[in-house]
Amino acid sequence: MIYAVFAPLIITLLIPLLSKWKERVHTGWFILPVPILIFIYFVQFVGENFTPHSESYSWIPSLNISIDFYLDGLSLLFVLLISGIGSLVVLYSIYYLHKSEQLKQFYIYLYIFMFSMLGVVLSDNVFVLYSFWEFTSLSSFLLIGYWHYRERSRYGALKSMLITVFGGLSLFGGLITLSVITETTSIQAMIEQKDLIVNHSLFPLILVFILLGAFTKSAQFPFHIWLPDAMEAPTPVSAYLHSATMVKAGIFLVARFSPILGGEPSFFIIVSLFGIVTLFWASFMAVRQTDLKGILAFSTVSQLGMIMAMLGFGTDVAIFAAVFHILNHATFKGSLFMIAGIVDHETGTRDVRKLGGLMTFMPMSATLALFGVFSMAGVPLPFFNGFYSKELFFESAIDLPGFSGAFVEFLQQAIPYIAVIGSIFTFVYSMYLFFSTFRGKYKEHELKTKPHEAPLGMLISPSILVLGVILIGLFPNMVNESFLAHAATAVFGDGFHAHEVKFWHGWESPALRMSLIVVGVGTILAITRKKWTSVYTVFPRRLSFNELYNYIVDSIEKGSTKITETYMTGSIRHYVSYILGSILIITGAILFITNGVTIEFDDLAPITIPEILVGLTMAIAAIASIFTNNRLSLIIIVGVVGYGLSVLFVIYRAPDLALTQLIVETVTVALFLLCFKHLPELKNLPSHPGVKSINFLISVGFGVLVTLIGISSHSSKLFSPISEYFIEESVPLGGGHNVVNVILVDMRGLDTLFEITVLGIAALAIYALIKLRHDKEAK
Amino acid sequence: MEIIMAVLAGLLFATAIYNLLQKQILRIIIGTVLLSHGAHLFILTMGKLKRGDPPIIVEGAGPFTDPLPQALILTSIVISFGVTSFLLVLAYRASTLNKTDNMEELRGSEHE
Repeated sequence: MIYAVFAPLIITLLIPLLSKWKERVHTGWFILPVPILIFIYFVQFVGENFTPHSESYSWIPSLNISIDFYLDGLSLLFVLLISGIGSLVVLYSIYYLHKSEQLKQFYIYLYIFMFSMLGVVLSDNVFVLYSFWEFTSLSSFLLIGYWHYRERSRYGALKSMLITVFGGLSLFGGLITLSVITETTSIQAMIEQKDLIVNHSLFPLILVFILLGAFTKSAQFPFHIWLPDAMEAPTPVSAYLHSATMVKAGIFLVARFSPILGGEPSFFIIVSLFGIVTLFWASFMAVRQTDLKGILAFSTVSQLGMIMAMLGFGTDVAIFAAVFHILNHATFKGSLFMIAGIVDHETGTRDVRKLGGLMTFMPMSATLALFGVFSMAGVPLPFFNGFYSKELFFESAIDLPGFSGAFVEFLQQAIPYIAVIGSIFTFVYSMYLFFSTFRGKYKEHELKTKPHEAPLGMLISPSILVLGVILIGLFPNMVNESFLAHAATAVFGDGFHAHEVKFWHGWESPALRMSLIVVGVGTILAITRKKWTSVYTVFPRRLSFNELYNYIVDSIEKGSTKITETYMTGSIRHYVSYILGSILIITGAILFITNGVTIEFDDLAPITIPEILVGLTMAIAAIASIFTNNRLSLIIIVGVVGYGLSVLFVIYRAPDLALTQLIVETVTVALFLLCFKHLPELKNLPSHPGVKSINFLISVGFGVLVTLIGISSHSSKLFSPISEYFIEESVPLGGGHNVVNVILVDMRGLDTLFEITVLGIAALAIYALIKLRHDKEAK
Repeated sequence: MEIIMAVLAGLLFATAIYNLLQKQILRIIIGTVLLSHGAHLFILTMGKLKRGDPPIIVEGAGPFTDPLPQALILTSIVISFGVTSFLLVLAYRASTLNKTDNMEELRGSEHE
């Protein structure tokens, strides 16, 4: 199984080599066998006696992360969709994309996508699942932005990336929480601990996190806005990712976690509500679109909403219908996208307003489209598979699970009505899609090229898909027991009984009546479409979710720029103030919170007059340094402080310090004097009184803080110093009488070594600074 | 005495920081010099003041003041001297190159 999953990834490594021959052979031909082989491999598992398979490969054992593959009915359904439709899409793309395109990139992205999608549906380890999940987001981003020189493509790619990665991260949070609670990373092991999870206090959080991930990926209301913009991708991509596979990853996720999260009223409310709202809203909006792919995108959103709603219902009919509809939707939507691509390819436009009367020019495509569209609309004829799943949907919408609660009861009342209204709009846009493209008047002057039938190769893939539509339509129970029942069991749990799908339920069946209402009202609305489309202008475009998204992205950008500009002023004074201010606040607060301020008068040295005088001189000099505006006096003032300090060193019995301080101070003052001739005059630069008072506050605060810390730490000595050792051992061990010097060169000689290094570096740097002039001054 | 010295160190810090927050580059360097003076005094005060003779072991001397803070301060003096002299030359170069010593006018280039 691992070879099947990793095969697309491995082949991507070879694509750059293979595409060398693209002048002669289209790169797609070389790699077409890969998905076909995967499909053949997985098809072997289909059968009535199917039992789940699992494989495990070690990856990061210390974190309990291993590449676990678990193939049950649900995974099998998805892997067959991925590899099957993948093969058809690759075949279609060979005819769709010209050899002059960047085929290398296209197929690499596509195969990375295929690989990650296979990984998503087969992973049993939540973290591996998440890794593959993000890979699908990434490769979808690359594919949407495939024609990266188009502004709309980049916009669409970014939008889908932001939304799906937002959801992906939230999913990650949910998965982490789950694995922490259950102490396992395996989904199957989590299912066994359902009671623990459901009764845990974090359960609502998990539910929200995971559903957020699923809803963003599957373009549920209100996160559906990325999908219509993703239509900027090449049509094979739209057909593959944005109708059959990636958008179903969210569906898969909900289905996969249904045994854990399902069966709860909260799960029912959230999933059904969002699903049914998505179904209605997207089908309503689809009628408004003028772009073929736009209609199909909203239609996809709407159908995904329907599947999601059914997963939310959670009854066995609903689960079966959901699984059935996943298959059906993949067949008819895939083919419709391909036909939209053909129309675009052969006429040069996808704008429905410019198209019309193409039936005579493109009879094959029109026929294929007819089956796809009527199946999508759920027309009750026995060769459209969409009808069956739609009727099952109605059936399940009437027979909802019996949770109690005011809102749940309202929802149970409302869902059948919303379902019917949504389906009416589905019918309307389906008819609109077909009739305005292939019927009506042929608008010759609108089209750049004379339309003609697509090459046969391009028609193969949609034909196969439509064949699927018809076959399932004619023999709806063909794959029931052997295939769909296993998938439904994986979602529903044990105790699922396969349903026999029947075309005819009798006049008494409420689902049939609902279907008839849909067809009846839908037909009327479709015919009178032009009269009521003014409804859409009632809502101005300003109030759409797209505008909200744009507004959020814009204001985040502008807001962060603004915030950064407020504090990153470029002024060093500001930054120093921030640093000192935060030190002041944090240290001061800690000092007071921990009652750190203590004053102890016991252990103090006596006060003598000379020290006081020296200290007073230093204090006066230091304060004067602020007020003087004369450079020379400033330098001398600093000299006074320095020499004062060396006198203090003398008084406090530190001869070496006094000596060094004297010399250093002298040299420093000399340096200052040397420099000052070249520095501009000191000016009394005016500053704002507010600035002055802030400076004053910070500096005084800091002074007080230092004083307090000094006094407190002196007053609370915790242990005696280690200097006794230095004094005792200076002569016997160090062989010197000057203890300070022995410490410097013997006991702590390493400090001195690097202090010398510091001086050396400073000297070199000064030399370099003066000598090296690679600037305009040298010119 | 230690309390008075702690106050003096605090005063040195306060004036140093007030200078640091000024606009002219020379004042900022003066601020750093005052800051290091304050720090040295602070370290010295934290070891106890005047508890005996200078730490030079000769006949009849003792007890001694703490030699360790002195060694630390000595190292620090030398390092801050190196840094100060480098800063000075840097200031000299910067002000001749940019024709200003006002830090508010030194804001880097537009396209940073």
